[in-house]
Amino acid sequence: MGSAADAARRAESETTRRRWLLSAPALVIIFVAAIGPLFVMLAYSFMTKGDYGDVKPIFSLDGWFSVLLQRDIFDDTLSLADANLIIMWRSLSLSAITTAATLILGFPTAYFIATRPRETREMWVFLVTIPFWTNLLIRTFAMQQVIRNEGILNSLLMWLRVINEPLPIMYTDWAVLFGMVYVYLPLMVLPLYASMEKLDFRLVEAGYDLYAGRLAVLRRVIIPLVKPGIVAGSILVFIPSLGAYVIPRVLGGGKTMMLGNLIELQFGAGRNWPLGAAMSITLMAVVMIALLFYVRNAARAGGGHG
Amino acid sequence: MANRFDVRSQPGFGTIAIFTFALLYLPILALVVYAFNGSESLTVWGGLSLRWFVAASQNDAVQDAALRSFIVAIWAAGVATIAATMAAIATTRVAPYRGLAFKYAFINTPLMVPEIVTAVALLIVFSRVKVWTGYSGLGYLILAHTAFCIPFAYLPIRARLESMDASLERAAADLYATPWQAFRRVTLPLLRPGIIAGFMLAFVISLDDVVITEFVKSGGQDTLPTYMLGQIRRTVTPEVNAIATAFLALSILLVTVFFFINRKKA
Repeated sequence: MGSAADAARRAESETTRRRWLLSAPALVIIFVAAIGPLFVMLAYSFMTKGDYGDVKPIFSLDGWFSVLLQRDIFDDTLSLADANLIIMWRSLSLSAITTAATLILGFPTAYFIATRPRETREMWVFLVTIPFWTNLLIRTFAMQQVIRNEGILNSLLMWLRVINEPLPIMYTDWAVLFGMVYVYLPLMVLPLYASMEKLDFRLVEAGYDLYAGRLAVLRRVIIPLVKPGIVAGSILVFIPSLGAYVIPRVLGGGKTMMLGNLIELQFGAGRNWPLGAAMSITLMAVVMIALLFYVRNAARAGGGHG
Repeated sequence: MANRFDVRSQPGFGTIAIFTFALLYLPILALVVYAFNGSESLTVWGGLSLRWFVAASQNDAVQDAALRSFIVAIWAAGVATIAATMAAIATTRVAPYRGLAFKYAFINTPLMVPEIVTAVALLIVFSRVKVWTGYSGLGYLILAHTAFCIPFAYLPIRARLESMDASLERAAADLYATPWQAFRRVTLPLLRPGIIAGFMLAFVISLDDVVITEFVKSGGQDTLPTYMLGQIRRTVTPEVNAIATAFLALSILLVTVFFFINRKKA
């Protein structure tokens, strides 16, 4: 009896060991080139900045301190780091506006696809998937061609005589906003469609039978039913917007920086690696909070539908 | 029929949807059209021409960058697919065991960390390692790419494994196949579409990467995307459009193939 249990346990521990060995290459690679460096960065954020970049191994809270505050070089008084705060605020507000704009465009689009005949739906989804898998830099560059001074948008508006002078959109907040809406739109449409596809239109019909108007049906029946999709799409757009780097670099130039560019600056011309590390960890923390919110919402939605 | 009340329609939704599809495709279309512009400048239309494709293909920097992109993507996607397949076998179709949730979370972590954060963290670590070892080759890029490719390769392989019937392997074992024979003759052939999909996904993800590459690469190690990023900042000629268009064609081809592989499976 005892020996049988022993054998079973031995076989089980053998299986477990084999499973760990099988997973080892993936786990080691991800640890070495993704997760481990994050811990090194955390350590760097508590060190003293080096004179030519890098750090000196002396404990210091200056990096974290400088995320929000700055010390006057003459009289050592403290004040808020306005430049950093402006960029952080821009990151947050532009990401929020991008999320709202993609939702306004994406919701009707996903609904449109979900209400097509079954045979053509797949084709419409495919049409959303192609831009999604197209290189982000190429799409940013495509947007640049639309909004620059001699671009399509300005040419069209001037040809229609809406404006006489080209609108200077490039290197403004608007340029970054247009770019992010354009680039992240598929990330909103796809999860929205996934939840609308499952929508039971008999419930919509029941709403009309009970004398609800189109708007009432939309607000009271459709939107509550696809809420998980709305939350999923919003998080999926908000998170990469917050960490955007390429879009503000190309479309915003040096003038309209976002958090990603501010972080890069600390590792380049700013030569303040601890500050850059502290900012990166701050960004990651915000993203993790958003993800946690998403996971909780998904769990609740999954439980509710059974 | 025409007057029948359609419960599915919502006023204005069709219009917005058409606008969205126009928005998604017009900028890309403009980019492609200008790649065929015969004129020196981006603003003047100089007739249909292939001169910028010719110029791009004869540009040594472009050739180098394209070759480097391919080398990195093949290695990263290859290693990532092997590692992901092994990990998927260890974490799919198994009774829950200690460490399973941990492995799952660990493998998916690269999807959750903002790219710019991973990029600067790698910059910090690799800049030290470069000084210590004196090695500054493509290895760093391949390693970094492999790490973020693993979760992408893992997803379709795991999905495929989950849909596979475990009784087939049990039958093989009953017929005295060794675990290796059962894997080689039963599991692997059944798993192949998932592995191909995983490899292609990882390949596209590696080929497309800008941010991590930009921070990890040593001097003179531009890939096609980082080369384009550098060019966009300087004087823009339709040559960049031509490179982007060729890149675009390749991506669309890969995505289309991926789409049809996945559809056949379903």
